Amino acid sequence: MAEPIRKITPEEDPAPEREPRLIGKPFRRVDGRAKVTGATRFADDLSFPRMCWVRLVRSTVPHAVIRSIDLGEAEKVPGVLGFLTGKDFPIPFGILPVSQDEHALCPDKVRFVGDPVVAVAATTEDAAYEAAWKVKVDYEPLPTIGSVQEALDTPEPRIHDYGDEGNLHKVVSMTFGAVEEGFAAADEIFEDTIWYEGNTHLPMEQHSAVAVPEDDDRVTLWSSSQTPHYVHRALTKVLGLPASRIRVVACSNGGGFGGKSDPFNHEIVVAKMALKLGRPVKITLTREEVFLCHRGRHPVLMSVKTGIKRESDGRVSITAQRLQTALDGGAYGSYGVASTYYTGALQTVTYKMPAYEFQGVRAFTNKPPCGPKRGHGTPQPRFAFEVHLDKIAAKTGLNPADLRLGMLAEPDTVTANWLRVGTMGLGKCIEAVVAGSGFRERWGKLPPGRGLGLACGSYLCGAGLPIYWNHMPQSGVMIKLDRSGGVAVFCGQAEIGQGSDSVLAAIVAEILGVSLSDIRLCVADTDLTPVDLGSYSSRVTLMMGNAAVQAAERAREQIAQAVGQQLEIPSGRLVFADGRVFDATDPDTGLSFQDAVIATEARFGTLATTGSYIPPRSPGKYRGAGVGPSPAYSYSAAVIEVEVDPATGLWNPLHVWIAHDIGKSINPVLVMGQVEGGVYMGLGEVMMEESAFRRLPRHLSNALVHKFPSMLEYKSPSFADMPPVTTYLIEDPDPQGPFGAKEVGQGPLLPVMPAVANAIYDAVGVRIDQSPIHPHMVLKALQAKAKGDEARFGPKAFPEVDFGETLLVPTPAQGGDGKAINDFKDKLRSGMRSASGTMMSREEALRNKKVSVLTTELKGAR
Amino acid sequence: MSDDLTTLRLRVNGETRAVVFPTHHTLLEVLREELALTGTKHGCELGECGACAVLVDGRPVLSCLALAAEMEGREIETVEGLQIGNELHPLQATFADLNAAQCGYCTPGILMTAKALLAENPRPSGDEIREALAGNLCRCTGYHKIVEAVDWAAARMRGEEGTPPAEVFYGSPVPDAPRV
Ligand code: FES
Ligand code: FES
Repeated sequence: MAEPIRKITPEEDPAPEREPRLIGKPFRRVDGRAKVTGATRFADDLSFPRMCWVRLVRSTVPHAVIRSIDLGEAEKVPGVLGFLTGKDFPIPFGILPVSQDEHALCPDKVRFVGDPVVAVAATTEDAAYEAAWKVKVDYEPLPTIGSVQEALDTPEPRIHDYGDEGNLHKVVSMTFGAVEEGFAAADEIFEDTIWYEGNTHLPMEQHSAVAVPEDDDRVTLWSSSQTPHYVHRALTKVLGLPASRIRVVACSNGGGFGGKSDPFNHEIVVAKMALKLGRPVKITLTREEVFLCHRGRHPVLMSVKTGIKRESDGRVSITAQRLQTALDGGAYGSYGVASTYYTGALQTVTYKMPAYEFQGVRAFTNKPPCGPKRGHGTPQPRFAFEVHLDKIAAKTGLNPADLRLGMLAEPDTVTANWLRVGTMGLGKCIEAVVAGSGFRERWGKLPPGRGLGLACGSYLCGAGLPIYWNHMPQSGVMIKLDRSGGVAVFCGQAEIGQGSDSVLAAIVAEILGVSLSDIRLCVADTDLTPVDLGSYSSRVTLMMGNAAVQAAERAREQIAQAVGQQLEIPSGRLVFADGRVFDATDPDTGLSFQDAVIATEARFGTLATTGSYIPPRSPGKYRGAGVGPSPAYSYSAAVIEVEVDPATGLWNPLHVWIAHDIGKSINPVLVMGQVEGGVYMGLGEVMMEESAFRRLPRHLSNALVHKFPSMLEYKSPSFADMPPVTTYLIEDPDPQGPFGAKEVGQGPLLPVMPAVANAIYDAVGVRIDQSPIHPHMVLKALQAKAKGDEARFGPKAFPEVDFGETLLVPTPAQGGDGKAINDFKDKLRSGMRSASGTMMSREEALRNKKVSVLTTELKGAR
Repeated sequence: MSDDLTTLRLRVNGETRAVVFPTHHTLLEVLREELALTGTKHGCELGECGACAVLVDGRPVLSCLALAAEMEGREIETVEGLQIGNELHPLQATFADLNAAQCGYCTPGILMTAKALLAENPRPSGDEIREALAGNLCRCTGYHKIVEAVDWAAARMRGEEGTPPAEVFYGSPVPDAPRV
């Protein structure tokens, strides 16, 4: 600007701190009206002139080489416009840079029943269906792999020609601190083997995408996606077009839960088809196809070993833990490498753990690919840990609440695996649900068949690192103001039902002192909005929120300068509230917000501000340290009461008490919705939901097929299944969050499943070491108990896995620097197989490689 | 695939519309594709989820299972016909205020089913609401806010004053923790 403005700093005469007017209050969500009138435009609600339809021909066999494709009969169907096959998509894609293993259509090989092979476009959806039906694909079957064990036993043929070894996609081993010494120093060692079945998101909206060719070889894709930015990147790569010629707009999602956060085949296919045909192209997946796209919860087998010490004050402390996880990844990489690390990463942020070892393996199998579902990789080990702790409580005679309260991780500390814990409200959460449920008075004392269980959890408020390495902001917000007094806010975030639009609008409205109806949003549009990485990892409120705070504060500052100068008031004394900008000491002196903007536009010219957010750097520097860090962690605790019928094993949840450490609610009614929705989804997982598969008999192709590819067969809880839920929101503002807010989208699900397993133990004295918990499992365990056998139902053993050389990372307490002391460029895995090709034991492998176990002496050495 | 076409007049939200469509098309398809009434949703198109529920002569019907060709002379109501002028129906208002519509995808089917319930039973109990809606799946809300919203809408429609208790919006008061 030309002339300098009179400088008045806020310190000169600061306005008093004011209570927020909007933040913390339950307001109607900004998209609330559209959602109850049917006006919200989901992707399948869009249509364009000359729009045609695509159907995908999907593989009917689980693993095969494509011998030939015959389009002859299909071409004759009236209305058919064109086809695409794998030849049209030579370039692979995938959400993670390390797993670029998908093709929009399979070029040579199919890897699961449902892998897309051919795309058909036609003038009507009916014709596209009919033509797709008539496409003939000839397959040469390959042996199939259906489980982690089969993948371990069957290194050849490989499902993919990349990965750590054979059909093992990823193998990880990390040792933080003196684990063996910790076990040696323990008074007692506990070991458990626990199984968590896979399940799926089941968003109510089937995925849909519409591609529209635009002038100059450009294309726009409208899609039900949680991550338009990553879809944009995948399209750029596969279509070979400059990113500037591709526009991706995420429509409001009809639920996501992680299931719409990969770039999908069908999105790429319609974009290519639109460019080929020169007309808009739409695809809407059938419900069965949604099951096949999957990316749901990994089935995980876990082994957990914990050493404990009884302290003189009666508390129990953990001396060390080793967690091993084996993930059944399905046919593609998806987020799997991150998922693998996530099964180990967050074990340390709830309870003090001086030494920790994590070993994980993810196998490729001929099933729909697994990926991130609400809680991404952490509900499975959390289930294992919290059930394990309940057993430790039973054995040590401590009340499960006291056991946990006595070992809580401390706020403002760094864990053994180098995660920085900031605010930590778990103790308050436990106290709330314990008091609310009468846990101390009632646990262990209810009549037979009734029980209470307690469990806890923690989750990220956004992954510390983006999915691809870069130094740019993870969230950007832009605000445009003009003489109308309206405030337009632009951000790449995607509204998936969680209420992110409302969070964005509320933060800007609060800071500028305007009402929600003065705010206009433009979101999730790669042409128009600054990049936000998307709605995953519970990142939006914190990251977008901080970017919005910055953009809004910059706008407020500019307006304050202009108004301050016009009214000759120190700008720092100006208050923005109730649609006005006024003097804190003399509220009658001021301007309407619109006049204030007019003054500012006149003073500075056209007005726009931006804000961006990059998370703080994590102290962990070892290979794999990128998964787990977050600016803040949320905490949750739940007590669940169940009734169990010992005659049938049938059980029912009677009541859920849940407390969630939210930091600060931006809008409590939206927070409540996420808590109740998370509890519901967790109950669904432990009560009934499972993505199970079966092999067809040999004469029917021996295919590995989905047991439940429909909403009727994939059981999920209905209105009739939900018990009452009592919710406590624990508010302790976190300095990293906007207005102190932390996440709520994923955390409250975590304690639900183990709380149920623990409650069943309290009710009938049997351990169900797996989820979901079906009545027959309870019954079998009760029968075993009656016979005097182990009163348990669950997996017997963890498979023999060669985890290779472990990464040795000294902990903060050992004086470590966040790096491993033996970082290696190429893992020494191939050398870890014995000559016969069989797996060696870990000890044997370590001996051969002469990798000594890290000891506490290291501290002295440094 | 049959090429038969049907031509008929449909009564939708009190208006008469002439439509031509392939005879095998469902009411869901005709509403969404011929009449551009995309407020009615689908989650399965197999009668399993309730997202497509509309009212036919006042009764909830899964539009994905109903043939449009059989709808001549019937009164069809969809979510687009729920509001009165520019005013939200009490069900719509309470759903919006209580966050009973999160992603909002199940919402139209649930609103229409609830409307039929309240027409028959203006004072349903919680269990009666749950039973009436048991065929409608929702993956976002955990159902409680929906039951509360129907309950409060019913109260408003009966002309009763009052607002839901604070717990519905803020959660329960955090109990004092007696340490042992
Ligand atoms: S779409 Fe009709 S019941 Fe699911
Ligand atoms: S609000 Fe999303 S499915 Fe019900």
